[in-house]
Amino acid sequence: MVRTVSGQPGRIPGSDDPASPAGPAGRRSPAYRSGRGAGQRAAAFIRRHHLTPYVLLLPSAIAIGLLLFWPTVQIAEFSFQNYGLPQLTGQAPTQWAGGANFSTILTDPEFWLSLRISLIFAAVVVPLTLLTGTLVGLLLNRLGPKMAAFVSSTAMLAWATPAVAASVIFIWLSDPDGGVVDWALSRLPSWLGGGAHWVGFSWTNAALPAYTLLTVLVVWQGFPFVAVAVLAGLKTIPAELHESARVDGGGAWRIFWRITYPLLKPIFLVLLLLSIIWDFGVFTQAYLVTGELGNRDEYNLGIYAYDRAFTMPPSYGVGSALALILTVILLIITVGYVRASVRQGAIE
Amino acid sequence: MRLRSRTLRRAGLNALGVLVALVTLFPIFWMVSTAFKPATEIYSLTPHPLPAHPTLGNFRSVIDGKVIGLPYWNFLKNSLFVTLVSVAASTLLALLAAIAVARFRFRFRTSYLIMLLIVQMLPQQAMVIALFLDFRSLGLLDNLAGLILVYTAFSLPVTIWMLRNFVAAVPREMEEAAAIDGAGPVRIFWRIMLPLVAPGLVATSVFAFIFAWNEFIFALTFLGTDYAKYTLPIYVTYFYGRGTVDWGSIMAASTLFTIPVMAFFLIVQRRMTGGLVAGAVKG
Repeated sequence: MVRTVSGQPGRIPGSDDPASPAGPAGRRSPAYRSGRGAGQRAAAFIRRHHLTPYVLLLPSAIAIGLLLFWPTVQIAEFSFQNYGLPQLTGQAPTQWAGGANFSTILTDPEFWLSLRISLIFAAVVVPLTLLTGTLVGLLLNRLGPKMAAFVSSTAMLAWATPAVAASVIFIWLSDPDGGVVDWALSRLPSWLGGGAHWVGFSWTNAALPAYTLLTVLVVWQGFPFVAVAVLAGLKTIPAELHESARVDGGGAWRIFWRITYPLLKPIFLVLLLLSIIWDFGVFTQAYLVTGELGNRDEYNLGIYAYDRAFTMPPSYGVGSALALILTVILLIITVGYVRASVRQGAIE
Repeated sequence: MRLRSRTLRRAGLNALGVLVALVTLFPIFWMVSTAFKPATEIYSLTPHPLPAHPTLGNFRSVIDGKVIGLPYWNFLKNSLFVTLVSVAASTLLALLAAIAVARFRFRFRTSYLIMLLIVQMLPQQAMVIALFLDFRSLGLLDNLAGLILVYTAFSLPVTIWMLRNFVAAVPREMEEAAAIDGAGPVRIFWRIMLPLVAPGLVATSVFAFIFAWNEFIFALTFLGTDYAKYTLPIYVTYFYGRGTVDWGSIMAASTLFTIPVMAFFLIVQRRMTGGLVAGAVKG
């Protein structure tokens, strides 16, 4: 049964109006039988069976179905097949391989390394992004209007920087020859960890420095979103609530945990889940900072899947199995995200 | 006394605000500053914040195409073509879908909305494997049309989600009044719905623009070795990691690549969060 929001049977207002060009559905004059008649009859059929919303949804559903949904199904399919170069060129048939791809993966130390890198990276970057973003959001809320507009505009610029541009900027900042980071670190006093050993230090040659750089990069790009969302939430809290708490002698720390945090908890939950999904699956920045493909001990899960699928000799089966593992992990977190969104009335 | 401590606190907060702004701006500032530096200053042992002898040489070598053998316009043209066509297509499809979910109640409506939230989170580096194989058999690799298809579909979940709120905000009474006055559905769409959701269409198409303009994984995988087909993100990273790195040119290229996105972003900055947090922040 199709119902519009206001409870009327599904129709666009006015569509049954006699003056509408479609005309009454039941008319049987010869003019409507040929040519334009087919369109008229289709329109009448759609109206009579309340199909309008489905017709409107159809184009986007087809696009999403073919280009997002179907590839995901295919990934699941390929992950159980021996899909490689001979199968791609047609020299050998594609065969079901059972769980062979998965047992290859599970016994592969590189898989466990990449999984560990993804997990640790998310575990470090997510709290850092949320913390930085929340602090900046709280700061924006306390600043005067002009200052707040200025600071949030600069944050917008960081957010707006395309992943590719941000990556090459940070790679250049940390470049061993001429990069400003190594220069500044070598000038720092030694009790702050500075010194000559930073001259020519390569940030991308090993996993730890590369992911340190990546952490700064991803936090820099990610905190503005958190700050703006937290600020939007803060604006919904009545000012009297904070004032009365301050009159009662609550410090900033207490006020945050007693008033702000409980009221903004739903926002924090959504931000937390979104950040986990984004940071666990970070690709473009990680791909560029770790030096494109080839440094196998610096792969995260997504890059490892991509490498297995596309580096010669390609193994689309193993790559798909890895991609499936990544997808399943992200879908589990997505379920939490969807539940949190639904509970807050995102779908009315 | 009390007044004095308040002034002090205000000054402290402002100083903190300036500090946050400067730290945030630094990487962008450094990109632009490097783009205007001659090579001798870029590789100098003591970097200076501003170029002592500003030059347009880096921009000239990017625009003339000294590095890759093709002028910048070639890649700008590719990016604009892919982006504009996919923005137009996804905005149109999203508007139809948004009218359906905002104006009608029907079976599968909730399922459809939840499906949008889920597919939006699917990892692109996973799906690119299957899409590469599909597009290879369809002859859509090394082909900008393939990218247009992918960008249209991938921006739909968020654009539908954003537009739905704009459509829902159009007062139903206006449509009903027009209907009573004898306007048909087509006329109501053009004369009432479209003008009223126009701000929403701008916001969502900016989102779709940024997504397509920045997209890296699919362009990297689909565009292979045909340089002439490269979009700007692939072009910017092309210089990097090939023997001697010409940072002046890379920074000039990424400055040219970044500026349009920043301009668009500042125009619609308030609307960006609404769509992304998907209902968590109700303004």
